[in-house]
Amino acid sequence: MPIQRSLKAIGSRTINAVWRMGYASRFLVLTLIYSGLSFRRFRLTVKEMFFSGVMSIIIIMVAGMFVGMVLGLQGYETLKRYGSESALGTLVALSLVRELGPVLAALLFASRAGSAMTAGIGLMKATEQISAMEMMAVNPIARLIAPRFWAGVFSMPLLASIFSVMGVFGGYVVGVVVIGVDEGSFWSQMQDAVDFQHDIMNGLIKSFVFGVAVTVIALFEGFDAPPTAEGVAGATTRTVVQSSLAILLLDFILTAFMFRGA
Amino acid sequence: MERSTYDLWVGAFVVAGIGALMVLALKVGNLSTYNMSETYQLQVYFTNIGGLKPTASVRSAGVLVGRVATITLDPERYEAKVTLTLDSRYKFPSDTIAKIQTSGLLGENFIGLMPGAEDKMLDNGELLKQTQSAMILEDLIGQFIYGKPDSTK
Repeated sequence: MPIQRSLKAIGSRTINAVWRMGYASRFLVLTLIYSGLSFRRFRLTVKEMFFSGVMSIIIIMVAGMFVGMVLGLQGYETLKRYGSESALGTLVALSLVRELGPVLAALLFASRAGSAMTAGIGLMKATEQISAMEMMAVNPIARLIAPRFWAGVFSMPLLASIFSVMGVFGGYVVGVVVIGVDEGSFWSQMQDAVDFQHDIMNGLIKSFVFGVAVTVIALFEGFDAPPTAEGVAGATTRTVVQSSLAILLLDFILTAFMFRGA
Repeated sequence: MERSTYDLWVGAFVVAGIGALMVLALKVGNLSTYNMSETYQLQVYFTNIGGLKPTASVRSAGVLVGRVATITLDPERYEAKVTLTLDSRYKFPSDTIAKIQTSGLLGENFIGLMPGAEDKMLDNGELLKQTQSAMILEDLIGQFIYGKPDSTK
């Protein structure tokens, strides 16, 4: 019976998904409980920040610059029709600070650092380094997972800020230097429209939430990966897919709370 | 505990990130242009506030002097009660007129203060008595099309 078989497949997948959800929640709670070590020996966290944060700076800066330049070009084309080219600064800054900065930085972070985290943890598990740690009475969550978690959570808002600044700079280069929008109105209209509390802080909160989501998904997928080559490969793919979806979904929810046309 | 190269790089990263945040706050955002240390509040009643929103700017002679703090409907007068937070560097005479103005034809609403000539200055919590409500574009167009009642005579 093909119908019965497909129903069975759907059922087992659903149960498996709920199961993993619960396991992932327990994993997050354990990570938070055992985070003491990653602050007492802050060196561990600093080292992970180097691998997840510092190594992502180049791609974040280049991507931010190009996104800002594209926003400058496209925004100018549209605003020109209404004779309000001077609002270009507002358009570039608001779209970057509120949405594109946090979201695109998080997407890049998920594919640059998240996948590396999953592969690293998954490989440690496959080569039985994690079991060896447990054997030596070293808690792998405190020693391996929590420092990576906090490193990701700290890095994400910083990366999103760098992304936004590079984007604004890219928009400035295209809009003011290349196209020739008035420099004074570019900056003054931008400063008039961008509110520190409402726009910049909300963008930071967003990137913080994305940081938590991406690192938890990446570390959990690595920790839960089947200890084989295919298992690690599949887990890495799932990390990128799931964290990208999680970022976009969370972004919608947060935007609905933060900017519902107050 | 000795220093490592990781510390240097991560330190540079954190400095760059916080620097970016400072640039966002000061150059992109309005933290530098809008910094009121000491403030006082004034009340204003309007019959119609149009599209005025909390945090809208309060300007006098075009200069930003404060923000709209709250907007509520007074249940006794059926008028909008607007509370303004003003920078205490700027004091206004008691016969100051508060107008709801629009930046540009379709822009944002803000409150414009036209100072009067009285010697007495308004203090914290006092009421601005002379007001001029928002100009509703639809009403103006309606008046233009159907004519004012007194202009038909």
